[in-house]
Amino acid sequence: MVRLLLEITDLAVEVSGKEILSDIDLYIDKGETHVLLGPNGSGKSTLFMSMLGFPKYKVIRGEILFKGDDITHMTTTERVQLGLGVSFQNPPAIRGVKLKDLLNIESSKKGAKPVSEELSPETIALADKLKFSDQFLERDVNLGFSGGEVKRSEILQLLAQQPDFIMFDEPDSGVDIENVELLAEEINVLLDKDKKPGLREKSGLLITHLGYILNFVGANTAHVLMDGKIACSGDPTEILEDIRKEGFKGCVQCCGIH
Amino acid sequence: MLRNTLERAEKAKKKKAALGEDIDFENFEGEEAGEHEEIESLKDLSNKNKKSLLKVGVDASEAGRAGSFLQIDQSKVCSNCKSEAIELMGLPQAIEKYNWVKDYMWNAVPVDTDKYTAKTALGEPGGYFIRSLPNTKEVFPIQACMFIGDEKVAQTAHNIIIAEENSELHIITGCSTGEDVQSAMHVGVSEFYLKKGAKITFTMVHNWAEQVEVRPRTGVILNDDTTYISNYILTSPVNTIQTYPTAYCQGENSKVVFQSILGGQKDSILDAGSRAILTGKNSSAEMITRAVSKDESQIYTRGHLAGKSPDVRGHLECMGLVLSDDSLIYSVPELEGSSTDLELSHEAAVGKIAEEEVLYLMSRGLTEEEAASMIVKGFLSMDIAGLPPELAAETKKMIDQSVQGM
Repeated sequence: MVRLLLEITDLAVEVSGKEILSDIDLYIDKGETHVLLGPNGSGKSTLFMSMLGFPKYKVIRGEILFKGDDITHMTTTERVQLGLGVSFQNPPAIRGVKLKDLLNIESSKKGAKPVSEELSPETIALADKLKFSDQFLERDVNLGFSGGEVKRSEILQLLAQQPDFIMFDEPDSGVDIENVELLAEEINVLLDKDKKPGLREKSGLLITHLGYILNFVGANTAHVLMDGKIACSGDPTEILEDIRKEGFKGCVQCCGIH
Repeated sequence: MLRNTLERAEKAKKKKAALGEDIDFENFEGEEAGEHEEIESLKDLSNKNKKSLLKVGVDASEAGRAGSFLQIDQSKVCSNCKSEAIELMGLPQAIEKYNWVKDYMWNAVPVDTDKYTAKTALGEPGGYFIRSLPNTKEVFPIQACMFIGDEKVAQTAHNIIIAEENSELHIITGCSTGEDVQSAMHVGVSEFYLKKGAKITFTMVHNWAEQVEVRPRTGVILNDDTTYISNYILTSPVNTIQTYPTAYCQGENSKVVFQSILGGQKDSILDAGSRAILTGKNSSAEMITRAVSKDESQIYTRGHLAGKSPDVRGHLECMGLVLSDDSLIYSVPELEGSSTDLELSHEAAVGKIAEEEVLYLMSRGLTEEEAASMIVKGFLSMDIAGLPPELAAETKKMIDQSVQGM
């Protein structure tokens, strides 16, 4: 059985004429969760935006295969319809677009059902789990949300959307400890962590700065991105340990050991 | 009518309006009052007309309404009122019933403003009279509809609205044309008088045919401790609209709010402004406009805040999205301060849909078109403040329905 879900080969990406990512090779199997580490500006978010096909991010070499399909030049919508999902670090606020409306659209896209006016009992239960009241769901998406509310709303939308491969961009930044655990619990649901490893279908790629969330979300592999290249890959616990002790540079130097 | 008024109207018969394309009455036909038969209730209307009315928020079932008024072309077709707090009738009937009504006519809107006001004064009678009695608070709105049923009709209406001391009055007005009408003209003069402690909310939805010329003329006089809230919604194609309601905040602590949702489609020319003359101590004005231009439409959004006494405040906000290269949004905010210790401000932004927002929605599986349309609808669906809960829900529905077509 083919377990490979995402294959990125020799990817190079340019933004405004400047090459930001190069020589990226990344293979993620079904059921796996990978972690992307690296200093600020190393290209972590750029990789996410490139995988989503945002127009500013031009692929100049290489390819991205998802479920065996070449998605390198697909529109964002097409990629998402194939099963790609993302939780943004700083999503934009959209005036007049209610979180509730978005949730309705997301669940309808998933089930290929017509968009309903009212939330399904399932979505309401999900919102409740993420500590959102009915009134909160009536608010304009991300408008005046606190840091924690933004993160929880992103996860809630993913739960409605149910993607097969999810990119999490700093899902724990700016979130208090209690809520990190809550978010981690739902991220685990999204990634099939409640199932046995061999039975997991969903995969994820997670950007984290502090690695705190990894105490609650298990990861199979970690990659360290330095200056737009994957400098090192290996066991997440060991790599994090190295980074804590030696910093990113030190970690990358001793990377051959892993 | 007073002879002096008629003389002034005569003199202004050919006076062009300060703004907007000059419309020739010769291209339209006046109709006589009484051409259309009266009915007891809007329930008696044809299904076709009921549907047209519903599009502009006028519910023919009359459920949740304190009363209903309908003028078709130049005829008062229906006028009924369930509420004991409110008097509703045609203006000619009110003039007959109360000899003081004429004292209110042409005070808030000068009769010689332009040829349109003059025409309204000199032509066939029409329009409504609404009066909320002192110390009453009717939560249900009066619904009034100006409907053009015949091709080429020039409709005029003179409306007098009085909120007596410490009363609260809510009005929904819808203006619309019959399915077979393509070209017509509408002139509506509306004069609002708010006595001490009164509050009026006035929500107006326009849904005209594509070749209709619309020239509303509105004046509002606010006494002490009064609030006037106007919500104006137009998102369907029309030939030209030019309107510039003026609120005179003469009373202490008087407050006016103008909120407008403008959607320009096809080759519509929308010229919509609002003006507040703040002379009352501690009076205030707020004007919020959301405009979206599509196709070859042109939207002129004007605002004028005149602060003429100390401690007055005013804020003007206009946000516009230009969705096509052939369309235009022209925002003209004017602030005029002629006293110390006042605060007048404005913010205006005209631009495009933010790409970041489109990409965010596309990342949730929407297509680019779906994302853009959702953002535009959201942009136009502003929250209307100041309405009682029942009416707020109703107004929200009206706005949602109107922005669907954008």
